Amino acid sequence: MTALDALTPAGPDGAAGAATGEDGVGPWQSAWRRLRRNPAGIVGAVIVLLFVLVAAAAPLLAPYKPATSEWFGQVTPTSVPGPSAEHVLGLDSFGSDLLTQLLYGARSSLVIGVVSTAVGLAAGAFLGILAGGIGGKVDTVVMRVVDVLLSIPSLLLAVSVAAVLGRNSWSIMLAISAAQVPIFARLLRASLLAQRGQDYVVALRSLGLRRRSIVVGHMLPNSLGPVLVQATLTLATAVIEVAALSFLGLGDPNPAVAEWGRMLVTAQARLDQAPHLALYPGLAIAVTALGFTLLGEALREALDPRSSR
Amino acid sequence: MLTLVVRRLGLLVVVLFGLSLLLFAWVRALPGDPARALLGEKATPAGIAEVTRRYGFDQPIWQQYLTYLGRLLHGDFGSSINTGEPVVKTFTERFPATIELSVAALLLAIVVGIPLGYLAARRRGGWLDNLVVGGSLLGVVVPVFFLAVILKYVLAIELGWFPTSGRQNARIDATHITNFYVLDGLLTREWDASWDAVLHLVLPALALGSIPLAIIVRITRASVLDVLGDDHVRTAQAKGLPRSVISRRHVLRNALLPVSTTLGLQAGALLSGAVLTETVFSINGIGSYLFDAVTQLDYPVLQGFILFIAVVYALVNLVVDVSYGFIDPRVRVS
Amino acid sequence: MTLLEVDDLRVTFSRKGAPDFTAVDGVSFDVDAGEVVGLVGESGCGKSVTSLAVMGLLPQRSARVSGAVRFDGTDLLRASAGQLARRRGKDLAMVFQDPMTSLNPVLTLGRQLTEVLRTHTDLDRTAAKKEAVELLGRVGIPDPRRRVGEYPHQLSGGMRQRVLIAIALACSPRLIIADEPTTALDVTIQAQVLDLLTGLVRESGTAMVLITHDLGVVAGTCDRVNVLYAGKVVEQATRGELFARPRHRYTTGLLAAVPRVDAPEGTALQPVPGTVRDRLPWTQGCAFAPRCGAADDACRAGEIALEAAGGIEGGPSGHPARCVHPADLEVSR
Repeated sequence: MTALDALTPAGPDGAAGAATGEDGVGPWQSAWRRLRRNPAGIVGAVIVLLFVLVAAAAPLLAPYKPATSEWFGQVTPTSVPGPSAEHVLGLDSFGSDLLTQLLYGARSSLVIGVVSTAVGLAAGAFLGILAGGIGGKVDTVVMRVVDVLLSIPSLLLAVSVAAVLGRNSWSIMLAISAAQVPIFARLLRASLLAQRGQDYVVALRSLGLRRRSIVVGHMLPNSLGPVLVQATLTLATAVIEVAALSFLGLGDPNPAVAEWGRMLVTAQARLDQAPHLALYPGLAIAVTALGFTLLGEALREALDPRSSR
Repeated sequence: MLTLVVRRLGLLVVVLFGLSLLLFAWVRALPGDPARALLGEKATPAGIAEVTRRYGFDQPIWQQYLTYLGRLLHGDFGSSINTGEPVVKTFTERFPATIELSVAALLLAIVVGIPLGYLAARRRGGWLDNLVVGGSLLGVVVPVFFLAVILKYVLAIELGWFPTSGRQNARIDATHITNFYVLDGLLTREWDASWDAVLHLVLPALALGSIPLAIIVRITRASVLDVLGDDHVRTAQAKGLPRSVISRRHVLRNALLPVSTTLGLQAGALLSGAVLTETVFSINGIGSYLFDAVTQLDYPVLQGFILFIAVVYALVNLVVDVSYGFIDPRVRVS
Repeated sequence: MTLLEVDDLRVTFSRKGAPDFTAVDGVSFDVDAGEVVGLVGESGCGKSVTSLAVMGLLPQRSARVSGAVRFDGTDLLRASAGQLARRRGKDLAMVFQDPMTSLNPVLTLGRQLTEVLRTHTDLDRTAAKKEAVELLGRVGIPDPRRRVGEYPHQLSGGMRQRVLIAIALACSPRLIIADEPTTALDVTIQAQVLDLLTGLVRESGTAMVLITHDLGVVAGTCDRVNVLYAGKVVEQATRGELFARPRHRYTTGLLAAVPRVDAPEGTALQPVPGTVRDRLPWTQGCAFAPRCGAADDACRAGEIALEAAGGIEGGPSGHPARCVHPADLEVSR
């Protein structure tokens, strides 16, 4: 196996077999080095890390329980209590603690975003490998299905899925992943197809390796880099999509739920008296999306230095 | 070119067929009596009997599907549970508002985006370039509905420069011919009405335009940088052509080809964004119609919406692809 | 009469994060009216940069150019951008290396021809179009009337290079710079295109600077030759002298690497070892020394001048070469 491994241009740069610059360092390591030197990437990574930490530790960090409407009595039609000693950011219009809502909002964004991207990636990758790895009729059929999926605007896809499954978080997750499937399917297929004609694959085939072990053992690892980049960028879109769908009223039927998109939509009614109710969740969405985008772009540049512009 | 059109129309038929099957299965898959589901909470025994008969829910399932398909082909998309209005009628009334908004947003994005992208590429690394690159990143990560809320708060509520919601001031008694309010004002020479509609359009278009603007700027910039490095630009310089001719005929023209293809891909994002923007500015387009349908699970409306948008989306992309063929000689021949 | 006089031309590229690189290091040569002058050398020796500097086509931001390029008496390096543009395409034109990418893919051939005509002459639209058809015919494109409305991708590489030649010749320039005009073409087409180019140039009395790495091309076309190495001219000679009595060791190396029909059977081709990257800075001696079989300490003892032989008594009176141990002296030794 070792002799065969030597044929595979391992790592993210492998597809083109380009030298990565640093001598004696594997492509993943040199990508890591480039990533660490990219300030925008570091900012992105820090934001993502903070976001994940906040989401994971929300029950510890949050001063109260979410979506309680505990202090609803303090909310009047014309005013929402602002910051105070008990409530650092004040209350939301349903009488829950705003800070708590924001922290738990990160939690639901992360869970829905990650799960949906994972599902979308898995399903898309499966289709892509089927199409690109086997080719022929399978490729044609799979890609027609993907074409059909692509021909439906993602919001529409999401709305239909959500409408079928009813109003809960699962429907949002599936809705978002449905929109991601074609992206990952196309990406993997293209990557596999590009490699299929390359000399190292031909060489492996001439050595009598079975197609499946070539695809799984040699070609797939080379597609890992682009997939990783796309997944990170997709997480950014997923965070925005989660918010957009809950903004449209999909997801949890409870209007007081701790979701950034829903917080934004309810804040609109009091935009003139309490604009901060809209500002905080909106900023939270934008900053999180920015973090994933910066990280994704930096990963892309680190894994494929030629693409940097 | 013709084969492309035929193939794409063929694909559209397949998509619509598949969609109709899915939508049919969807209503059948709803828990309980489909007639009750279609009628929603207002179901009465008489109503259920009527719907069951009209939609043929008592017939074999394949026949039901054929009936459904037949009704679709006759343009009958059903009626809203909430309002009882036929879906198609509401759509035709509301769609102009959405188109007006989308077109305004896209125009804004093109008019601002292409020159900005071009200038950024010409002065690569300069302050404008950095601003454009950073700004386009913001355009991607700031959700359109959040931008809409900010614009509404700052420019409409706080500063009062623009109206906060709607398409036209209710006090203006405007005549509506096409339901494109700006156009209507021009047609009827009611300049005030037209101008008022434009004022109402500014903020939503700004918010919605941020999506295509960010993308157009990025692609124009990258594309111009690509073309500037091309050999044929050097040939043009070696010919001694004036700078303006080189910029226009040899750089911009070539660079706009990839930009024009992405415009078609924007249609979906634009539509999704329009739905969100309309809810913020209370514009009676299909966005708010969809919003109501989703929150009240108005199945006939959702079904109709999905089919309708799939058709519009496919047609827009077809038109873009065909026009691309006219712009790029390499595509035209092959 | 001297038409073009390149005098001590120097081009230095500066890039962020990289040391400055001097691609052209004090090159001087001249071209008489109607004459074909070759610039010969391996890739990376500064030939193309020299030609782009003459045309004023180097990127202004990253390239520093000094020296003088006198064309018909005026220094092009000191001309304004507008003055330069008015001469480019009209008085001096260029044929580029890669015909596949040097034409604009989205404009018709006719448009690309007429735009240069209409910029520099006062032909109107129809006259320019007629002239374009004429030009395409002159460069041997069959059915020019139809071809005029076609796009570059509809033509083969050889045909596209003919179109580029037509564009260069359109305004009857006094000088054409041809940068490796046949390198990107199929071997079978190369001779055709080269014959066409030289034929047209000779016929119209246009002077030409022919840039090539191929001494075979030089042998068939050039009146005089400048051999370049690492940004400097290392040998200047007429074609006859260069082939009969090459002096610089780099030139002899190049000649030994050219296959010859008249070589004795069994003679192996002698490639020049190494690449241009293995160089000595000119300030320390001969840049070619690391690759040269005849190099000794004298070759690494400071700058070497470009001078004609004659200092050594009884030696052959040779043309200028930048060599401590010229090849022609070896014979008489």
